[in-house]
Amino acid sequence: MTDRHLLAMHHAEVSVSVELETPDVTLNLGPQHPSTHGVLRLIAKVDGEVITEVDPVIGYMHRGYEKLAEVRTYPQITALVNRIDWVSGFANEIPFMVAIERLMGLEVPERARYIRLVLTEMARISSHLVFLSSYPLELGAATPLMHALRERERVLDLIEGVTGGRFHPNFNRIGGVKPAAGAGSTQKKVIQDLPEGFLAQTRDAMTNVLSVCDDMEDLVVGNEIFVERTKGVGLIPADRALEFGVSGPNLRASGVGFDIRKTDDYLPYSRFEFDVPVGANGDCFDRYMVRFEEIRQAARIVIQAVDTMPSGELQAKVPRVIKVPKGEVYVRAENPKGEMGYHVVSEGGRGPYRLKIRSASFSNISILPWLLEGQLVPDVIAILGSLDFVLGDVDR
Amino acid sequence: MSAIVDNFWWLLLIKVLVVAIFIPTFSLVLIFAELKISAHMQSRIGPYFAGGRWGWAQPLADGLKFMQKEDLIPADADRPVFKIAPMIVLMGSLAVFVIVPFSPHLIVSDLDLGIFYALAAGSIGTVGVLMAGWSSANKYSLMGGLRAGAQLIAYELPLVLAVVGVVIAAGTMSMGGIVAAQVEPWFHIGSFGVRLPFIFQGQVVGFVIFMMASMAELSRTPFDMPIAESELVMGYLTEYSGIRFTMFFLAEYAGMFSMSAIAATLFLGGYYLPGLPIDDGAMYVLGPIVLITKVLFLVFVMIWMRWTFPRLREDQLQSMAWRWLIPLALVNIAVTATLKVVF
Repeated sequence: MTDRHLLAMHHAEVSVSVELETPDVTLNLGPQHPSTHGVLRLIAKVDGEVITEVDPVIGYMHRGYEKLAEVRTYPQITALVNRIDWVSGFANEIPFMVAIERLMGLEVPERARYIRLVLTEMARISSHLVFLSSYPLELGAATPLMHALRERERVLDLIEGVTGGRFHPNFNRIGGVKPAAGAGSTQKKVIQDLPEGFLAQTRDAMTNVLSVCDDMEDLVVGNEIFVERTKGVGLIPADRALEFGVSGPNLRASGVGFDIRKTDDYLPYSRFEFDVPVGANGDCFDRYMVRFEEIRQAARIVIQAVDTMPSGELQAKVPRVIKVPKGEVYVRAENPKGEMGYHVVSEGGRGPYRLKIRSASFSNISILPWLLEGQLVPDVIAILGSLDFVLGDVDR
Repeated sequence: MSAIVDNFWWLLLIKVLVVAIFIPTFSLVLIFAELKISAHMQSRIGPYFAGGRWGWAQPLADGLKFMQKEDLIPADADRPVFKIAPMIVLMGSLAVFVIVPFSPHLIVSDLDLGIFYALAAGSIGTVGVLMAGWSSANKYSLMGGLRAGAQLIAYELPLVLAVVGVVIAAGTMSMGGIVAAQVEPWFHIGSFGVRLPFIFQGQVVGFVIFMMASMAELSRTPFDMPIAESELVMGYLTEYSGIRFTMFFLAEYAGMFSMSAIAATLFLGGYYLPGLPIDDGAMYVLGPIVLITKVLFLVFVMIWMRWTFPRLREDQLQSMAWRWLIPLALVNIAVTATLKVVF
């Protein structure tokens, strides 16, 4: 008999005469856990299956991008910002590029802006498809995943056709976009543009995306168990959401119709018609449905942009060595996960003096301790999934 | 030959061997069916290479792989309990098989209280699950085990109550007797006897409740909270590896077979299909084929459900059991009993 057993017996003898204690159990959800999308750790105190207190621990994925950026030149940083939210790599590049261009006072050619917009919306579609398919998986339904990822693959193929990369396109250049994949140094005179047939293929892909959305709606939202599991679970009232700095689809699900695409002018969104879907209650179900509708709106934007794509240059005239004048600027963008912003401070050199990255997931999960208190363990999984965060975006 | 069959011990040995060989083999078939059916539901191909054709040897290869793996036991585990638990779970599934009639005489043992025995033996598995959850020294395992315990209490009642309707209708608890009651003509049109399985004799509600409860008992999606991969990692299975994990795995599919076989026997006419000849000779050949076809159909339904539905929450499952299934089952019993007395 070990000491531990003796100790346990000793304790048992002491407490028998008083009453049986039911102490809270500390449950470590993560850092390695199937439902946390990476390395988020939740130290939860559970009373049976009820969470009494939760303490999120982040930082396992910290790669120090803000510090890394300080010792790199501006063009090199593009490759870094790709990897912040890797589910929608392309969208991360946009606010950074726009920030540099604003500091330098560059006029980006229209065609480049349109290509950026199309690819950003495609990144949004692929990111939301990942969410829409993996969320039912967290609730135990494995089949929607396969159907949605099949469509997502087509979208990624298109992105790859233009940029040469599925996840980390590294396609934006200061002052525009890179000539499309395949343009070698020997072909300098023939500037490679979008691949042949890209516009038609994009229209096809958008039709497919819309039809898979309808299928998913039948399969997932038409399912009573799914509705039962998500309706009224994880309620975030609008004022709470604003207090915690929740942004993006999570905020809109709570009924706040705030969309940076409508308010800011970082890409030519004002020229296209699209709606900002808003939820009613701010529960998991609304967060799911808002993203559904956002895919449809994104497809609508892409089709409009493809139809009105202007011709012209892909990149503004920029010096060979890029030096940014002294100054600072904050540019934010509506990323699939929420508000993504870069605060660039330039001292006039080839790299930034300081780069502050405001990532959406970090602010979105700051609500977790408040939101998870008093929930059941299965609901915790449902809520975590519905916030749609990526750990790379949380830790940076 | 007859000397061997007449000798109790020889006969027992043969029966044990038949059960011990048939169930694992059939489980492999079911595992293969699950792999392939789920693949096609998800627009995948599924296993393709093992064995040469359609990947038929994939479950076999998986099983062999598991057997080669190290049998890990956590340092803090309660070793004897941890070791025995998978055996108890597997035993529970195998024991049910004893009373499944494949034809009027092809049955391991036709007990008088056959269905009673089956329900009792089927619940033993949950004890094994509780043991596994408790002995693993893992909080996820413990929660999984407790969920399984709660689920058993909630679902054993509707399961038993759903069966009561059939028992009243058949007037016997012996499995052979229940099938015989379905082979008997229900009523006559002229001289033509209408022979119908119980599901068409008004036991539809009972059948649906039985299938739902048995899926909950087998903890398959949408009732797989004890395992709940995305919540509890793998629930009570988390710490198991190698041959012991294989036992749990086999037990799940053996349980699917046993439960489907019982459902087929009670509600779908067992080895008998309306229209087929009912003399003993024909039954010997046709009986097993008919029963296994019905079992495969029910297993297909279970697989179909699993890959379609998300999982319920524990409290939703409880409220479904207590507020819907049990009252419905009671109503079913009352109606069946009334009709039995009136007609």
